[in-house]
Amino acid sequence: MDWSVISQSLPNFVAGFKLTLWLSFVGIGGAIIVGIISSLLQYFRVPVISRIITAYVELARNTPLLIQLFFLYYAFPVIGWKMSADTAGIIGLIFLGGAYMSEGFLGGFNGVSKSQIESGKALGMNKLQLARYVVFRQGLALSMPALAANVIFLIKETSIFSVIAIPELTNTALDLIGMYYRSNEYLFVLVVAYAIILIPLIIFFDWLERRVRYGTFGD
Amino acid sequence: MAHSGINVLFEGTNFARLMGGLWTSVWIAALSLVIGLVLGTLLGLLRTRQNRFVRLLLLLYLEFFRIVPTVVLLFLVYYILPRQFHVNLPATWMAVLAFSLWVSAEFSDIVRGALESVPVHQRETGLALGMNEWQLFRYVLLPQAFRLELPATINLATRVVKTTSLLMMISIMDVINVGQQIIEANNQTYPTGVFWVYGLIFFLYFIVDYPLSRLSKRLTNNH
Repeated sequence: MDWSVISQSLPNFVAGFKLTLWLSFVGIGGAIIVGIISSLLQYFRVPVISRIITAYVELARNTPLLIQLFFLYYAFPVIGWKMSADTAGIIGLIFLGGAYMSEGFLGGFNGVSKSQIESGKALGMNKLQLARYVVFRQGLALSMPALAANVIFLIKETSIFSVIAIPELTNTALDLIGMYYRSNEYLFVLVVAYAIILIPLIIFFDWLERRVRYGTFGD
Repeated sequence: MAHSGINVLFEGTNFARLMGGLWTSVWIAALSLVIGLVLGTLLGLLRTRQNRFVRLLLLLYLEFFRIVPTVVLLFLVYYILPRQFHVNLPATWMAVLAFSLWVSAEFSDIVRGALESVPVHQRETGLALGMNEWQLFRYVLLPQAFRLELPATINLATRVVKTTSLLMMISIMDVINVGQQIIEANNQTYPTGVFWVYGLIFFLYFIVDYPLSRLSKRLTNNH
């Protein structure tokens, strides 16, 4: 292990670190929005649309992100949809993550106890009010563990962006190894960089899960 | 000359080559899964032991694999094994090693969870019948834990299959790598070939993983 090699490579890794954070942030944010909308549509069994969403969720969850990215980045231009690597990466992450998030939220919504929903109905709430004040709030609290697991999973998935040459963390390390052959040093920095992102997040989600547990009712 | 892109799949031996690539992905996934499940069962058992040190060590092992993305894991094995330990294995075996260790870590947690949720009285009943540790494990804990851990295990299997898409990154001739070669070789005659080849691979992954994830979901709902 040569520390001077590491310190010289730090500016590159800092840039990759920022890009990984940025792409994760945008991709996961988009995935959460897609997930919430599609899980609500599925929960209320909106005709036709909920079928389409089920198909989307199954397609996205049962295929690898890598081939989804190849499709977006290499196959779509053939039919006239050209996009930059960053855009393809973000769309890919939203496509994949939206399906995982949707599953997670739907599990939470389905976990809201029947008595809660019936109480809401007894109070004369309509479907929209029921969704907003009962199912959504309690379901969101119940789906926290799934949300946390998905966020961590999706951040790790950004490492696959390196196959379409997005200079995020993994790509940065592979590039440096290709140029200088110092694999030990660069892989070490790479692992540390992921640990810096993920360990605080894991601790934060543990804390958050313990807090929102009080947000559920009726059990 | 205008060619319909889909024909690229059936030009020469292209289709057979893609299937050969798929086979490479499948056997690596299957072998890693088998090794990982055996090792993971052992680690999971050790994690239910009282020894603090062993438990901490295995927890760190699990957390390491939770934090490091699988792509990075592949490269760790790929670069460090030959350089630090002078072990020169073919890339396929390095992939099996990396995947097996990853599966064992994930599975150890599934096993630990399942073993801990077998009711205590089951264990005590076994002890009262005069069973020794091995008999207790073999006839009481294992069969009950097995049913509890089945859905999560199948889920893990679908993830291993999807993760084989990363094999191309360490130059293994998996289905995607073969696909890329076919696309490049036929780029002149079939400009839209890329669409069909990646489309087929997308579909292939789907038909392997979809039945598995359906099965896992059905088993979860039955509990």
